[in-house]
Amino acid sequence: MTDKSQSTNPEPDLSFDRVDGHVKVTGAATYSAEYPFDHLAHAVLITSTIAKGKITSIETKLAGQAPGVLAVVSHLNNPGIPGYGIAKQPAERAPMGTAFRIFYDGLIYFDGQPVAMVVAETFEQAVHAASLVHIDYEVEVHQTNFEANLPKATIAPSVQKNKNSPFQDYDRGNAEAMTNADVKINATYIIPTQHHQPLEPHAIIAVWEADDRLTVYDKNQGVKSAQGNLAQIFKLPRENVKVISKFIGGAFGSGIRVWPHTIATVLAAKIVKRPVKLVLGRELMFTSVGYRPYTVQKIEIGATKEGKLSAITHEGTGQTSAYEEHLERTILATRAMYACPNVSTRYRLLNLDVNTPTWMRGPGDATGMFALESALDEVAFALQLDPLELRLRNHADSDPERNLQWSAKSLKECYEMGAQKFGWKNRSLQPRSMKLGGMLVGYGMASSLYGFHRHPSKAKAIILANGSVVVQSATMDIGPGTGTAMTRIAAKILGVQAKKIRFDLGDSSLPDAPGQNGSSTIPSVGSAVHVACESLKNKIIALAASMPDGDFSKPDPSEISIKNGVLYASSNAEKGLSYVDILKFHNLPQLEVTEESKSGPERDQFSMYSFGCHFVEVHVSPVTSEVRVKRVVTCADVGKIINYKTARSQSIGGIVGGIGMALMEASVMDHRRGRYLTRDFASYHIPVHADIPQIDVLYIDKPDVHVNPIGSKGLGEIAIVGVAAAVANAVFHATGKRVRELPITVSKLTDDEI
Amino acid sequence: MRPYQYYRPRNLKEAIDIVSSEESARFIAGGTNLVDLMKRGIAIPEKLVDINHLPLKKIEQKAGILRIGALALNSEVAENKIVKAKYPLLVQALNAGASGQIRNMATVGGNLLQRTRCTYFYDTAFACNKRKNDTGCSALGGINNMHAIFGLNEKQNEDSCIAVNPSDLNVALAALDAVILVMGMKGERRIAFKDFHRLPGERPDLDTNLERGELILGVELSMENLSKHSHYLKVRDRAAYAFAIVSAAVALDIDQGTIKAARLALGGVAHKPWRLYEGEKMLVGQPVSDSVFKQVAEISMLDARSFEHNAFKMKLVPNVIVEALKIAAGRP
Repeated sequence: MTDKSQSTNPEPDLSFDRVDGHVKVTGAATYSAEYPFDHLAHAVLITSTIAKGKITSIETKLAGQAPGVLAVVSHLNNPGIPGYGIAKQPAERAPMGTAFRIFYDGLIYFDGQPVAMVVAETFEQAVHAASLVHIDYEVEVHQTNFEANLPKATIAPSVQKNKNSPFQDYDRGNAEAMTNADVKINATYIIPTQHHQPLEPHAIIAVWEADDRLTVYDKNQGVKSAQGNLAQIFKLPRENVKVISKFIGGAFGSGIRVWPHTIATVLAAKIVKRPVKLVLGRELMFTSVGYRPYTVQKIEIGATKEGKLSAITHEGTGQTSAYEEHLERTILATRAMYACPNVSTRYRLLNLDVNTPTWMRGPGDATGMFALESALDEVAFALQLDPLELRLRNHADSDPERNLQWSAKSLKECYEMGAQKFGWKNRSLQPRSMKLGGMLVGYGMASSLYGFHRHPSKAKAIILANGSVVVQSATMDIGPGTGTAMTRIAAKILGVQAKKIRFDLGDSSLPDAPGQNGSSTIPSVGSAVHVACESLKNKIIALAASMPDGDFSKPDPSEISIKNGVLYASSNAEKGLSYVDILKFHNLPQLEVTEESKSGPERDQFSMYSFGCHFVEVHVSPVTSEVRVKRVVTCADVGKIINYKTARSQSIGGIVGGIGMALMEASVMDHRRGRYLTRDFASYHIPVHADIPQIDVLYIDKPDVHVNPIGSKGLGEIAIVGVAAAVANAVFHATGKRVRELPITVSKLTDDEI
Repeated sequence: MRPYQYYRPRNLKEAIDIVSSEESARFIAGGTNLVDLMKRGIAIPEKLVDINHLPLKKIEQKAGILRIGALALNSEVAENKIVKAKYPLLVQALNAGASGQIRNMATVGGNLLQRTRCTYFYDTAFACNKRKNDTGCSALGGINNMHAIFGLNEKQNEDSCIAVNPSDLNVALAALDAVILVMGMKGERRIAFKDFHRLPGERPDLDTNLERGELILGVELSMENLSKHSHYLKVRDRAAYAFAIVSAAVALDIDQGTIKAARLALGGVAHKPWRLYEGEKMLVGQPVSDSVFKQVAEISMLDARSFEHNAFKMKLVPNVIVEALKIAAGRP
């Protein structure tokens, strides 16, 4: 895959290899399930096989007698989880983020709900004992079918209570504009439930160091929030809870929350008084850690015959559980994306007897932009206009929703660079008009955007006596290469080689940082590392100034350069002063600073987004209806690129995810039981190497000077937003058939003659 | 997974003795399917008889007959010089299946016995006649996009099974009229490929006509003049590592534009690899022509029936038949 991909890289020599690449590929990296403990006990979850009802009995006698079994934990013998209190299970449609109470009252809310946990000496013994547990249920009628229940969708209760919620009904301009439009399209787009399915399944080791001291090794995307959550649920002082998550084999949003099974593992460790490990099997990954919700979107667009958008209405309805809300940005992008004066959006939520969804890469925007960008393609076709030209004619020069200037926007340059690299000009206007070797050829494109997120973050930077540097922050790396990017930032400022820098993350005892989500790590933590390193540099320059050597007596950082940990004054390029010597002179074992970085008033002065676009070529067999993506060009404007090599990998990952979303990913449920059928990789398809073609990754790479000190906006989400639409639009161009329900499979294309 | 006993037999006879006499004993070779089934609680053997070290690995040619040992790995067969030269169809089918890692473990004998991938079969929370006969078929009124359109029971009711055989290799072996050599307590016997797998009938729980304790020794292929014009066409949503939605194995003997012999088999459409005998007959003596191929596809579909989610196969299968014939005949 890598060999086929290219990117323009203006600073190839400054692109760092992954600082942890070697430990990862050699197996030396320790993932959550891999921490060794004496007397480690192993847990296996038993989950419900009904979608709604209650447990009438749990027969554990056989399991209890099975070899090696230490405990069978369920609501029947749960000694109590202090933070749950005596209140009932969250009332219907509790606000988002309300913890689902595991082993609480025997009520069943969804198929796959954890109902018991077997703990044994070995994993195999736990698996065996779990098969001996017999559970009886009283079954109630469940509702899991989205289409059948769609009329029951409502505005979420939390939105009803909050006038300032972005999910309130939104109208700008004049609704009449739709009626008067020259060209109109009206279509419904559906995305099915999709699951994250990172390579590494979720895993926990829970260790009670003392009655009131807990350490949890957990695959999660935010050690600080997990720490807070666990402290609250187990009523412990925050500082008595430690959460470690140093290496993560992908997460895509599935690790943002502390899930009920983590709580159960901590509880089990308390009961058996030993460290307990739980690793979710692949099957359980489909019901335990959230998913991208099934979403239906209706879009109506009116346009003038000159190709100006006159009105857009966008209604999105997403699914959630019966016990908790889940809101995502589905319809929000439509308000900001194009210069359209008349826009209405509606957002509704449908409660079903399923588990709660969660964020999945590009949450809401990947869903919403599939619909909006497909609809734009339909408008272009109705107007007989090039789809890219339509987008250019409706480019928003300022934010039409907030009436604010963009902090920076180079979308037009993205379109131009991408189109040129792709050869978009060779696209014929009519569908089904390009062929190659018996295949129907389609070119499709779509725009992408993602909001800017920056959270207060701290970083500690240290120069050690030997001149090496340590930078620390409780941030995470779910795969993008956080440590590598942070090392790059520190190396540039402190003038130290990468190999002499260590970046620590994934430990709740480190300085505060947000979890890794919403493409916020580089903007937030990157800024903190930048500020901390600048501050540390100034501090060491000040120390140098106080030394008898005259070269550094007037500390003006702009007059001083640093190379390989040695300061040089511009007045004397020959003679340097090393970090080692400075610390030695001052008799310091190390020099450290901790700094915080956060947003200021600029948040209200500018509208901050990343923008980009994707160009896709597909080949579709007119005989078998198989779709294969042959080429992708993506171009993103995410401000300054910190490290090209890892950035490019992140973009490729997003494209791969988008191809999966477009062509294969769907969690299929049998509604007679309210149970997923696709619970392995034989039935839930994600792309394999053979599905992934050459991917060209381009960046504008201009700092956005308004967002933060490093001018960088984060890349994780925008990489996937719009990809599914670009693929679907290419399939339309190839075949003349518009598939509005993902994924675009052979069965859907064969339905009609193509 | 339940605890089980592992046993390494001294020889073929001992292996067969044990599995013949102990009801819950099973042979294990590559384990690429059996271990999955054990993890899911679908197969619960008390004893696994490991046959991997038994002398059934050879691929040899004798008197015009190619014999492939049951323990030859899928990847070994696909790389074998004789197989490559004489049976390119087999190579194509093997390489279309599973992943490189699985092909390095999976054996030919095991591939013949691969169980269906019907999602209801794999989930013990659902009723399944194949898993346990007379419990009902959940696929019938469920999600059945991957299911059968041929070889169905006369009446579709709860006693039925509409699952398909998932193997790619089987489709090619069906087209090549392979013979399966087996050994049991009563000695060796030869089973024609068409008689090896079963239609569901009243015993959907049985995939094959093997008797308890019978062990596959190998597969024999005769050297027919069908190697020049053959093709395995597999349709799937994912470009690799996916079971066939539909597949076709075609082998033709063409002499100066006239078809002398034809073999045609489909995968992903029936409880067993599905030979199109009528179509084969129709091809013999005919010129290579698209209109003939279309007629073959038409008559092949006469006894097909579809369910709620697999009606698309009624359109897809004839396309696949024609396309595979065209490619095999060298006129795509």
